[in-house]
Amino acid sequence: MSDQDLSSRLCEQVCAALDAQRPLRIQGGGSKSFYGRTPSGDLLEVAGHRGVTHYAPTELVLSARAGTPLADIEQLLREQRQMLAFEPPHYGEGATLGGTIACNFSGPRRAWAGAARDFVLGCRVINGRGEVLSFGGEVMKNVAGYDVSRLMCGAMGTLGVLLEVSLKVLPMPETEISVCLQISEQEALRQWRAWARQPLPVTALCHDGNQCYVRLSGTAGAVDAAARRIGGERLAENDRFWARLREQRHAFFDSARPLWRLSLAAPTPALPLAGKWLYEWGGALRWLVSDTSAESIRSAIRPAGGHATLFRRGDRDQAVFQPLPAGLMRVQQKLKQAFDPHGILNPGRLYPDF
Amino acid sequence: MHNPDVPASFDSIDKPALVRALRQLLPAESVLDRREDLRPYECDGLSAYRQLPLVTVLPETVEQVQAIVRLCHQRRVPVVARGAGTGLSGGALPHQQGVLLSLAKFSAILSIDTEQCLARVQPGVRNLAISQAVAPHGLYYAPDPSSQIACTIGGNVAENSGGVHCLKYGLTVHNIQALKIVTIEGELLSIGGGGLDAPGYDLLALLTGSEGMLGVIVEVTVKLLPLPERAQVLLAAFDDVARAAEAVGNIIAAGIIPAGLEMMDRPAIQAAEDFVHAGYPRDAAAILLCEVDGSNEEVSAHVFQVRRILKDSGATEVRTARDAAEREAFWKGRKAAFPAVGRISPDYYCMDGTIPRRHLPQVLREISQLSQQYGLAVANVFHAGDGNLHPLILYDANKPGELERTEAFGGRILELCVRVGGTITGEHGVGVEKINQMCAQFGSAELAQFHAIKAAFDTDGLLNPGKAVPSLHRCAELGAMHVHRGELPFPELERF
Repeated sequence: MSDQDLSSRLCEQVCAALDAQRPLRIQGGGSKSFYGRTPSGDLLEVAGHRGVTHYAPTELVLSARAGTPLADIEQLLREQRQMLAFEPPHYGEGATLGGTIACNFSGPRRAWAGAARDFVLGCRVINGRGEVLSFGGEVMKNVAGYDVSRLMCGAMGTLGVLLEVSLKVLPMPETEISVCLQISEQEALRQWRAWARQPLPVTALCHDGNQCYVRLSGTAGAVDAAARRIGGERLAENDRFWARLREQRHAFFDSARPLWRLSLAAPTPALPLAGKWLYEWGGALRWLVSDTSAESIRSAIRPAGGHATLFRRGDRDQAVFQPLPAGLMRVQQKLKQAFDPHGILNPGRLYPDF
Repeated sequence: MHNPDVPASFDSIDKPALVRALRQLLPAESVLDRREDLRPYECDGLSAYRQLPLVTVLPETVEQVQAIVRLCHQRRVPVVARGAGTGLSGGALPHQQGVLLSLAKFSAILSIDTEQCLARVQPGVRNLAISQAVAPHGLYYAPDPSSQIACTIGGNVAENSGGVHCLKYGLTVHNIQALKIVTIEGELLSIGGGGLDAPGYDLLALLTGSEGMLGVIVEVTVKLLPLPERAQVLLAAFDDVARAAEAVGNIIAAGIIPAGLEMMDRPAIQAAEDFVHAGYPRDAAAILLCEVDGSNEEVSAHVFQVRRILKDSGATEVRTARDAAEREAFWKGRKAAFPAVGRISPDYYCMDGTIPRRHLPQVLREISQLSQQYGLAVANVFHAGDGNLHPLILYDANKPGELERTEAFGGRILELCVRVGGTITGEHGVGVEKINQMCAQFGSAELAQFHAIKAAFDTDGLLNPGKAVPSLHRCAELGAMHVHRGELPFPELERF
């Protein structure tokens, strides 16, 4: 497929849907169609709207149309020894930039480098009134107007159809190594808390139920010094391990049961919920493979102040995302109204109420 | 000074009745309504704009804040929240018919969590006080706006404040985890949460930088970082501004993200040198200050690399600070740049545009042409790493017509920033100052979308009316930050 600008066509489609009052189901590569509540509505295909529109390596800025394959962007960056520091998972062949931003998906480096939303500098969107709007830009510092660009991250397409996104990119680390330590989950949680207070070049932490994995990134000298301090065994297949983890191809994820994503305060002790656990982000992200009910999971994490998402499988017509307190829900509904008053953009994908 | 875009469309308010009602909610000394007591609140750091509020309130508890805004909501009284009032865009300028809600009494650090590296603080806590409080734990709060000894975290969130270290450590939005806000209806909302993300829309991002338009911030949870093992600074001189700009690109192309990367042009160098004798090369066309931090090994490696890159990029001289004292001296000149310019000119006007860095030589060339055209000198200081340019226009307000010429010149600079793909404000905010330039930055559809967002939180438009987003029919005039005879509104603060 070649690069093309389908902005006008997409805008016409949104306007037509608006006129007909027929909801749209926005789709890029379809690699994340498993995620969120069950999509409904007429298909709005964004995948054809693709191409990197601007890349200035020395300014650390890249802009691309929403349908641009993530793999293409990563390849382009690799050629300049740069990267998307939020290390987005693809979850499939055709993953696009737009889908990644709409889901705010971020990988193992997230706890240290930031999430997708932290790297978004600007965007162009079609709102639910069929208007093409531009927010932010291609500069690092910009406080003109409300930060609509970051608001689009994780909104699951319910506030606007992403047309183009500008991102801050970063240099790839000079050196990256990983070590593994034969320690228990409890011991790992304790160790991670101690490391968090030290200026160590840690860029990923995981405990997969068997052992603890640590990735270190930076100059060769800094990484070596940190590795000596941390101990453990060098992991030969450094990149492969973290890529498999990111893409959920690690053996842990091989299950037919529901997969839950728990976002919690990092030091939260192991929770008394039946199932298989995998820890990332220093304990702030926990994957749970379990048949336990949504209610039980959410009430178990309530004291820890986090939230639980039904990530894969299970009942997608229920509350996939954690229900919000009434006050917050009202504000979110009003925001949805402000962008999409007729509710034509991905209705119900995020919350049943909108 | 022209009038800011403040709508006066609120019903006339019965001041004595309002004051009586507020005194039911707060101790008498926390409700100020006499002219002389209101005077300290008439402006923020942008002192060219002054307006007495109807009344100033100084609540101490969240419940009091809720009761105050509820009352204002019922009576349709505008509410303007204020932290330390150090902002440079008039974001805390009072409304003539409104309540000025000072959060100065919210000055407690509620908890420091060294396990999660978080601090839960009230909005009136000073930026630097956070870093000082957590320093014994080997931690600090990264965003460091130049006013950090006085500015408060609530204001930092409202403005999405930056600082010298943004390129590497991000802005306020990247360094907070949760907020508590009070809506105009008086409802307390918790935004963000215990983990690194929260369900639903990213209200944390939307609230950050919203300039007090969407809610009153009553609590902030900030992220803390481990103090770097070591920091080192290099100073490089160039005989050509374009080469200095290229050197910045070359450092980044080598895969190094410096903790700070600052540029000054010749007028700024000379003013700073005459003022603080930092030892800058007076004849250089531009100097770069590059600070790298991290572990010992990393800093050593980066200093070595950066030195080589600077020399290869045509620096006429490269110095590395030998010790902490010299490192401080290198920074001293840069940090003194604003007051230094204030010494050589009766007045100056500080701009705050951001541009894609590749356009720097062109932008500086055009600013220089405009400078000749308007007959006004300019000194440039530049957060070179992230493209945030602060041109300082030198003028004399006592000379007839010079103020108007300065404003026109400033407007042309901001238009130039927008034309090369940049923005009208990198870090000072829109406030009342750049309300009209918002029309150069955005079209009417975007502005209408902003108004719809505002209405989702505040249907009656009571929170900070007339700021940040212009009404669609007001898009002509230009605003300015004016400093008379070098007297900054906060002369004790470093401004850079």
